[in-house]
Amino acid sequence: MLTVKNLTKVFGGFTAVSSVDFSVEKGEILGLIGPNGSGKSTIFNMLSGVHFPTTGSINFNNQELSGLFPHVICNMGIGRTFQIPRPFKRLSILENAALAGYFGNNQKISKSKAWSHAEEALELVGLKDIANDDVATLGAAGLKKLELAKALATKPNLLLADESLGGLDHSEMEQAAQMLKNIRDELDITIIWVEHIMGVLMKVVDRVMVLDSGQKIAEGSPIEITQNKKVIEVYLGSDADEISEAAKGKG
Amino acid sequence: MNNKYFIGFLAIVLCLLPLIGVQGYPLHIVITILIWSFAYTGWSIMGRFGLVSLGHGAFMAMGGYITALLWNYLGMSPWIGIPIALIITGLLALIVAYPCFKFRIVGHYFALVTLALSEVVRQVIIATRDYTGGSLGYTPEPHGEGWSIYAIQFPDDRIVFLYIAVFTWLIGIIVWRMVDGSMSRYALEAISEDEDASSAVGVQVTREKLKITILSAVMTAFAGALYCQYQMFISPDTIGGVGISLQIVFAVVVGGIYSSLGPTVGAIITLFLAEILRVSIGTATVNLTENLTINAAGFPLFIYGIMLIGFIIFLPKGIVGGLSDLLSKKDGQSLDIKSSKAK
Ligand SMILES: Nc1ncnc2c1ncn2[C@@H]1O[C@H](COP(=O)(O)OP(=O)(O)O)[C@@H](O)[C@H]1O
Ligand SMILES: [Mg+2]
Repeated sequence: MLTVKNLTKVFGGFTAVSSVDFSVEKGEILGLIGPNGSGKSTIFNMLSGVHFPTTGSINFNNQELSGLFPHVICNMGIGRTFQIPRPFKRLSILENAALAGYFGNNQKISKSKAWSHAEEALELVGLKDIANDDVATLGAAGLKKLELAKALATKPNLLLADESLGGLDHSEMEQAAQMLKNIRDELDITIIWVEHIMGVLMKVVDRVMVLDSGQKIAEGSPIEITQNKKVIEVYLGSDADEISEAAKGKG
Repeated sequence: MNNKYFIGFLAIVLCLLPLIGVQGYPLHIVITILIWSFAYTGWSIMGRFGLVSLGHGAFMAMGGYITALLWNYLGMSPWIGIPIALIITGLLALIVAYPCFKFRIVGHYFALVTLALSEVVRQVIIATRDYTGGSLGYTPEPHGEGWSIYAIQFPDDRIVFLYIAVFTWLIGIIVWRMVDGSMSRYALEAISEDEDASSAVGVQVTREKLKITILSAVMTAFAGALYCQYQMFISPDTIGGVGISLQIVFAVVVGGIYSSLGPTVGAIITLFLAEILRVSIGTATVNLTENLTINAAGFPLFIYGIMLIGFIIFLPKGIVGGLSDLLSKKDGQSLDIKSSKAK
């Protein structure tokens, strides 16, 4: 579904992402992990058209994405969330999702269809009951859900979820992880999930890719990754055992 | 009271004014208010989304001058001249706005670029004074005696223009309501907050902004053309320049930027303010009944400025918005005057 080759991003003289190759198969959940500043969000920004790659190619369903604008990429079927939620505060929760439902589907659907996409998306993330409320009434968890609902309302084939768990408590995290799994299972949406919080991620993803200082240092199943020396050294550190347990728990 | 029915009712009452004996100067005031209301409505459909243009004086002048020049020099009927003026103005808006939006010139910077446009167009009119009459103003040549539908000239008969003005005003309100009810409105609200997040959900940011800007410019140009046909006299300061651009902003902010009737109320207030000031300060050169030019000319700009700041701070939704908030609070229900969610 997605094949990325030699992807590089240089900001000024600083290389944020350096020659990264990876691919994503239809229907899988790929976890993208790495320390802060390792280039995860930058990869998302290139996949979604916010930044143009310095070099490299991004092939999505046999179409080249690098150089395309964000709205075009969105309409090709890639939805994204932002690490720090970016809701539209002047619109209600439902209007936020309806906007995404309408413009994320090429403006080719009727207004009423857009609103029903929006309601479905809000139902999925559990915001349906407060759909007509102001965005201002949402807490951290609610804002993350709205971010996800906006992306889902665009009816993506591929969802880029950026640190969906940050700022959530433990039960909220479990819930959010389960939500991503449901999205894949029920809506058949392929997911790349960037996450800082490892334990929960390992239980849900099919495959993990690890970044460090803009470079890909490992890739494999959750169990392989948690036992990878390099990964333990730069990233997992003393938590390795605990996370490895979580990965095994996936069964 | 339903806003839609209220506006329809208002239109009918306005059309009936001559039958109840309203004519002459009072009728002139009504027509003038309606034409300006349309210009203000045109500005407000983009201004409400934070696209603050100080270039609408330029668009209004373009509408008036192009129509009059085509008539005087080529004998082209305004029926063709006005559409041409609107197209040219729309193109000018596109040429100025496209690079602004492409390079994300927003907020104060956008206001400054458009401010420059106001002045450039005024300067061009003055520089080409051999053709345009410069700062002395310009008059479309009368087409024979009396009425001419071909030339859209109705001297000594305000009733025809009353109907044209009411119709135009109504179209302005309808456009306002259509924009308000469109998906583009949500897109523009979103864009005004966060362009990147908007494009991430599929909104074509530059296109949406251009669409509303061109519509807005063309509406204002139409008001300029109408003003020219009605007054049979235009000058760079009565329908163009920075003064008119500021007057437009002032009227809409005071009247209410989030309400369909806001620009109309703004037109009433600016007109009476200008009249009161003119009479009390006394710019004696203007003949009261004959050549009444109602606008910012002669109205000290600093008074506009002070009032504008006052409104922005204390009554950001303007008079109509503030009033409808007050009423809906009292009744515990909405007055159905749509107001933006901006709080
Ligand atoms: N727009 C930008 N301009 C300059 N540097 C950037 C920009 N975006 C990200 N960076 C830098 O690139 C590096 C990777 O950032 P990011 O992709 O956000 O990391 P992560 O999401 O893995 O925490 C960081 O050092 C960051 O400062
Ligand atoms: Mg990040």
